[in-house]
Amino acid sequence: MEKIKVNSSPPFSFNEENLLEAKRILAMYPEDRSKSALLRLLHIAQKQNNGFCSVGVMDYIADFLKIKPIEVYEVATFYTMYHLKPLGKHVFEFCQTATCATVGVEKIIDYTCNKLGIGIGETTHDGLFSIKTVECLGACGYAPMMQLGEDYVEHLTESKIDELIQNLRNQENG
Amino acid sequence: MARKLLLKNDHIAGINTLDVYQQHQGYEALKKALTMKSEDIVSEVQKSGLRGRGGAGFPTGMKWSFIAKPEGVPRYLVCNADESEPGTFKDRYLMEYHPHILIEGMIISCFALGANTGYIFIRGEYMFVLRKLEIALEEARKAGLLGKNILGSGFDCDIFVSPGAGAYICGEETALLEALEGKRGNPRMKPPFPAVKGLYQCPTVVNNVETLAAVVPILEMGGEEYAKIGIGKSTGTKLMSASGNINKPGVYEVEMGLTMQEFIYSDEYLGGIKNGKQLKACIPGGSSMPILPAYLVTKTINHEDRLLTYESINDGGFASGSMLGSGGFMIFDEDQCIVRNTWNLSRFYHHESCGQCSPCREGTGWLEKILYRIENGQAQMDDIDTLFKVQKGIDGNTICPLGEAAAWPVAAALRHFRDEFVWHVENPDLAQKQNYGLAKYAEMRPKPEPQPTN
Ligand SMILES: Cc1cc2nc3c(=O)[nH]c(=O)nc-3n(C[C@H](O)[C@H](O)[C@H](O)COP(=O)(O)O)c2cc1C
Ligand code: SF4
Ligand code: FES
Repeated sequence: MEKIKVNSSPPFSFNEENLLEAKRILAMYPEDRSKSALLRLLHIAQKQNNGFCSVGVMDYIADFLKIKPIEVYEVATFYTMYHLKPLGKHVFEFCQTATCATVGVEKIIDYTCNKLGIGIGETTHDGLFSIKTVECLGACGYAPMMQLGEDYVEHLTESKIDELIQNLRNQENG
Repeated sequence: MARKLLLKNDHIAGINTLDVYQQHQGYEALKKALTMKSEDIVSEVQKSGLRGRGGAGFPTGMKWSFIAKPEGVPRYLVCNADESEPGTFKDRYLMEYHPHILIEGMIISCFALGANTGYIFIRGEYMFVLRKLEIALEEARKAGLLGKNILGSGFDCDIFVSPGAGAYICGEETALLEALEGKRGNPRMKPPFPAVKGLYQCPTVVNNVETLAAVVPILEMGGEEYAKIGIGKSTGTKLMSASGNINKPGVYEVEMGLTMQEFIYSDEYLGGIKNGKQLKACIPGGSSMPILPAYLVTKTINHEDRLLTYESINDGGFASGSMLGSGGFMIFDEDQCIVRNTWNLSRFYHHESCGQCSPCREGTGWLEKILYRIENGQAQMDDIDTLFKVQKGIDGNTICPLGEAAAWPVAAALRHFRDEFVWHVENPDLAQKQNYGLAKYAEMRPKPEPQPTN
């Protein structure tokens, strides 16, 4: 379990689009059960906050759902998709489980780490890339694979990694 | 060609849209269901012999018949789309490409159970699938298939998708309900069972994606016809997620009763082991199920054909069989190291333990550590015995079945591949450089003597 640093964290609030989305989501649950929306709202808030589930984000969501901040913290620390530390703009989340391991994901991870000059859990100096390992993502038939943002990148090879990194860098400069 | 029920329209472009789905008899089963009495739908499902496709194989009709019906209390249907059992990816396929069969199955199931609300709890990583489901749900709503007074029947029903956020344990049905209530995914003590006190303490049925989709063909053809497919208590078709060292990984719909031999080696299915290698081992039902050495994969211990049915895969119990589980079918070739694979899985279960009960929380940690030592040439011979004891200490002593899920793969690996563990301990340096290989794991062994019955 990761510890949250409850130091000064910039305040957060939903932008207009997400506010509408949050209202649509709240309507899915019985009125007195709006806490059910917590997991999804945290996803949305984290995304708006550049992939970082800050204390400001959590406090805002607690306020939004009229629940105690601790109820949000305990959830944010339980689920692995909430990032309690800022990460790079593009996070390579490699599946390291079962079949992905059988068909050689480790080599691909090593290759990517080498190429970017960072280790697992680290972020490049320019803040562009982070590397994480995660557990089976339900794409074992298309292994080795990783998640990048909301997308799955499957049948990974070293050249696919090269191409991907190049494209993302070009996007940044162009 | 084998018969397909869930993926019969797999080749049709645009089948994910409502229009195309309806052009191919989509929502006809729902129309039929809405003219039936709800008890009669439950009884069709009972007759079909459908068993839960999420892993445990519990008869669906029976589960439905247990739902409590207190006056004035809402009931819920929850679809388990958490799909996190390593090796399993069939639900994602169904939801991505055939969202309407799930939605139709859920509306029928809601009607049968007297539930006006259904939730699809989907793993958070499948956000791209969630979006596709919401598009399909909106199509259905606009067409009057969801919402108030569905197709003029007087029945109100709506379905919503709710994501998790990265936790295997949320596939366990009570942990799932906690997550759906916006809490940590800690499994609840049972009883009470969800059928009595589930979501928001209301009667709830939790079923897997594939189970709920299978309700559609059952209504279309009738329970009795459905039950004619398959063998004995394994009726209908099953979606298999096939991965590992095979020529054609992917999702396959098979009729229950297909032989393992045909499934693994024929071109219609997995097309054999990749690169002309030999089969070393197979996990037939998702990572929690016991691993089988090659000689027990296509044949049972009594040299009979092993079939894709609940019973045949379990033939010989855990001594020489495994379980169909979720249908997460993983193949390992002669170059794979069983110790390494077992360590990988134990690492997974340790990571995913919710930590509520000490045998699971501590035990999974020990399994991971000991296996790491064996794999990395730092172990002693009695570590193998300790490994056995630790897994035994978890099995059956925990709140939820994740404990067993962590223990069984270790027990099975030790049962069938003990030589390989011993070799690792005896040859720590060599084991860093090369694999134990196929050894004798593909060689048929003599049938056991029949046990005297008294
Ligand atoms: C640790 C654990 C993980 C599970 N994961 C899933 C899952 O991802 N999907 C699923 O349908 N069932 C899963 N199950 C089984 C569910 O608890 C439950 O039995 C199932 O959803 C019932 O549906 P069914 O009867 O249609 O199979 C899991 C069980 C355990 C103990
Ligand atoms: S068995 Fe493991 S996962 Fe299940 S409740 Fe206990 S600690 Fe949690
Ligand atoms: S093992 Fe990597 S996606 Fe399942």
